[in-house]
Amino acid sequence: MEESRLAECIEAFLEQDPFVMEQHQKDKIYSELMPRLHRHHLSKCGEYRNICQHFGHLSVETEMDVQDFEQFMPLPVSLFKKYLLSSVEEDAVYKILASSGTTGSIPSRVPLDRQTAEFQQTALAKIMTSFLGSKRMPMLIIDHEQILKGKAQYSARAAGILGFSIYGSRKCFALDDNMKLDVEKVQAFLERHQGKQILVFGFTYLIWQKLYKQLKEAGIRLDLSNAILIHGGGWKKLKNEAVSEEMFRAGLYETCCLKKISNYYGMAEQTGGIYIECEHHHFHASLFSEIMMRNLQDFSICQIGEEGVIQVMTPLALSFPGHNLLTEDKGVLLGVDDCPCGRKGKYFKLTGRMQRAEIRGCSDVYADETDIGKS
Amino acid sequence: MTNLEKYNQVFMEHFEISAEELPGLKYRSYAKWDSMAHMELCSILEETFDIAMETIDILAFSTYEKGMEIMRKYGVSM
Repeated sequence: MEESRLAECIEAFLEQDPFVMEQHQKDKIYSELMPRLHRHHLSKCGEYRNICQHFGHLSVETEMDVQDFEQFMPLPVSLFKKYLLSSVEEDAVYKILASSGTTGSIPSRVPLDRQTAEFQQTALAKIMTSFLGSKRMPMLIIDHEQILKGKAQYSARAAGILGFSIYGSRKCFALDDNMKLDVEKVQAFLERHQGKQILVFGFTYLIWQKLYKQLKEAGIRLDLSNAILIHGGGWKKLKNEAVSEEMFRAGLYETCCLKKISNYYGMAEQTGGIYIECEHHHFHASLFSEIMMRNLQDFSICQIGEEGVIQVMTPLALSFPGHNLLTEDKGVLLGVDDCPCGRKGKYFKLTGRMQRAEIRGCSDVYADETDIGKS
Repeated sequence: MTNLEKYNQVFMEHFEISAEELPGLKYRSYAKWDSMAHMELCSILEETFDIAMETIDILAFSTYEKGMEIMRKYGVSM
């Protein structure tokens, strides 16, 4: 009963515009929905119940006070790497989403049923179309076509490309099979779509390595002045090469005349909650997910301007307990409701990853069942 | 080949199924028709009929039958 009512509630919630509601109204919705999500997963997911029991976190009031968000314990995302946490029967699982998240680590596994997959796709589409419009643009992908071959298992990169193809049509892969930029092919593509706005999509590191560097070396300038570049996948590799965001943007302007560049931030464990940079280079939380920074020492909720570890919440995760997660990323909340771009809600910047992102305590819960003695 | 035949052929080849299995086929209920296969299906149909669908129609494309309706919207008579 409650279950179908909750789903209906979320459906109605998804009807709304992702960036017009002010924070105080959004807080009210979350304070009503999040305890319901918590109870839903308590009753459906044994592991979630065990963890909450361990931390004395079984009861959450019907409606929380906004202040109570501080006590609302998030699950560390790393748990999804170790365990398949599911709140649906096995035969209702339509797909297990697997993503490595961090470089070289064990993939997270996230069980999706039809409904949760639909919720997430709708949320994603509403967020993206609010940035890109509903007309699909010719799409230039900074990757090679082979990445989509081999259907049995999609890599996270292939999944990203296919997921974003919903916003672009007439796909053109800019790299050849040897991962080299095919300048002639790209120029022919640009000529074919002259005068139209173009969507360029790719992974941050590949864009720098394959697009920028090869054009720079060859001394070629592409005209992407009428394009929007959406990129994601993290800065880790570029930070190692000491490439800052400013250098990234300046380099792409220099080699491709690219002016509109947006980074996105998101994770497999909460795919409906994607955070895109606006024209002022601020990441925005949409209505469909919420973000909080937690103090690195005492875990209190950070004020604006204070760096903390990122906690993300969303009411869209029904088939797995991903409604309230502690990430391994750090960020700073920049403001609420007042970004010059006009979008309401919270906006923030990312500042890096946690060094050794192990949350002590939670593994102890499993130690009870698996490896007693280790701590 | 009529448009309907072309449409059916795209489905049959993409999902490796027979014509009899097409009616009632549902996105996310039929195991092979997942979100990735969906994007591929849409892009093959776009190429086949030389159309460019809008995001909203890709999302609304929930069954074999609904897809026909959407094709008609883009001027593909069936």
